[in-house]
Amino acid sequence: MQSIRQNHLPDALPNFRNLGVISRILLSVNALALLFALARTRELGEFSTKVSEIAGLLEPVLLVVVVVLYAGSALLERLAYVYGLAAVLAVVLGATAALFPFQSLLGASGDWRELAWSLGCAAFVTAVLAWYFHMRNRALSPAIAEARLQALQARIRPHFLFNSLNAVLSLIRKDPKRAEGALEDLAELFRTVMADNRRLIALGDELSLCRQYLNLEQLRLGERLRVDWRVDPTAEEALVPPMVLQPLVENAVYHGIEPGIAPGLIEVRIERRNDRLWLQLTNPYHPDYQHRQGNHMALANIRERLQLHFDVEASLNTRIADDRYEIDIAMPYRTSP
Amino acid sequence: MNPIRVVIIDDEQPARSRLRELLEDCRSELPHSVAGEAANGVEGLQVAAAAQADVVLVDIHMPEMSGIEFARHLQVLERPPAVIFVTAHDQYAVEAFEVNALDYLTKPVRAARLLSALRKAASGARLTRGVLESIDPAPRRHFSVAERGRLTLVPVAEVIYLRAELKYVTLRTREREHLVEESLTQIEQEFGSVFVRIHRNCLVARRWIRGFERGAETEGEVGWSVVLEGLEEKLPVSRRQWPQVKTLAG
Repeated sequence: MQSIRQNHLPDALPNFRNLGVISRILLSVNALALLFALARTRELGEFSTKVSEIAGLLEPVLLVVVVVLYAGSALLERLAYVYGLAAVLAVVLGATAALFPFQSLLGASGDWRELAWSLGCAAFVTAVLAWYFHMRNRALSPAIAEARLQALQARIRPHFLFNSLNAVLSLIRKDPKRAEGALEDLAELFRTVMADNRRLIALGDELSLCRQYLNLEQLRLGERLRVDWRVDPTAEEALVPPMVLQPLVENAVYHGIEPGIAPGLIEVRIERRNDRLWLQLTNPYHPDYQHRQGNHMALANIRERLQLHFDVEASLNTRIADDRYEIDIAMPYRTSP
Repeated sequence: MNPIRVVIIDDEQPARSRLRELLEDCRSELPHSVAGEAANGVEGLQVAAAAQADVVLVDIHMPEMSGIEFARHLQVLERPPAVIFVTAHDQYAVEAFEVNALDYLTKPVRAARLLSALRKAASGARLTRGVLESIDPAPRRHFSVAERGRLTLVPVAEVIYLRAELKYVTLRTREREHLVEESLTQIEQEFGSVFVRIHRNCLVARRWIRGFERGAETEGEVGWSVVLEGLEEKLPVSRRQWPQVKTLAG
């Protein structure tokens, strides 16, 4: 069972431009340095001098390495994992060696033994971090496969499928042309839901999926469903996780439109603000219908996928204000190269 | 035999017109007429009562009033029609229907299934409150009152208090009083914290309580009374209930 289900992503270097990855590198290297200082301290008073000694040696190298990896990230991505790893190691050792002469100015003796010692430490720390990112990748990739499985099972409610089929059946005798269009929309929707959902897609494609979905809902809800789109056209090329918006629009219909007799409005706002993409969805809030299930599953699913793709650079928040339910998503603005 | 009179209730227009088509297809096998249709339960109750329906086809999942609550109110009528529930996908309700041997249809509905359900409904048994509650234990949103052959719905939020008097329970809204055939104990259980018992014979809606005042003399003792929003009348709190009611005074 396990072997069929687990769909490992190939080993890859972390994305060195990701804030989460950078902060993980900075934090763990400094934590290791602290441990090292602690190990070399014989009495308490010595600790702070040891720390500043080590920091003086370590921080310039660390800074240079992080900047070089950030700049060369696109280049590294093209290499196979093993070569990429070797390149990173070369950068680390190169930076250590290059900065070594300056460090002798800070009072280090500067002989070859000290250089060898520094290079050894640098190689060791790099190996530890490579191992850490490798294990993290291993831990997360089944989660991506799992998220995809969840997508297949939970994204489109059976409730929606059967009601839509029923609405299409009602059209077949009176308006066969419309029935055809509706079945085409339905097929397109399910093709996307059943596709491999691990790669990022263009926001424009996600938006047309949402429109097809809403066409089908309009068919059965008629007047009751109103949608207001405000999409910044420059944002449509942005890369987003597939099905990042459709399940939320589906929730908006299920929790916001269906429980009301009077027409309800769903608002979709999409903006690009420099290097950030910002999505907002609001719908009427019916406090009496909160026992209806399914909202939290879709939210948790999307939040998890945003985290897998963008780590700490993406956020998803919800709030209730003025009888409306609001979801805000922010993520980095990226386009395909 | 007179043709049976069918009423269709569904919030989605295409679903109603699909049922009409299917009924049309069944007509040669089982004579019937469509006596009306409605887009929600509140309207549906008036339509079903006015049309003197024999059978009602009702969607479970509707805004304002679920199909199950609709069926509960329908039982107040003197001669309630048989009910056939229709649902797109509701695992929980479907299991409850099976357990209680109630007939139901799943969307998309097939003509053959509709026909057999209509045949069975003609000889259908009356639905009981217990069965309907087991399908959907959520509290109703309305009380139903049968008055001179008409069915009146009173939204739960408008009820200020309920007081048991001899055989009936009096239900008080800001405008007027109604008589309902239910017991205070059942109402208390169904609505939980919406009402608070202030006396053996009286439940008061929390949201209409404005405060408490001392003064009314009952059984020779000075007790407490509930002051209500929008009503002059003050209701005495019994000595037994006061410790619990007091906590609301905060």
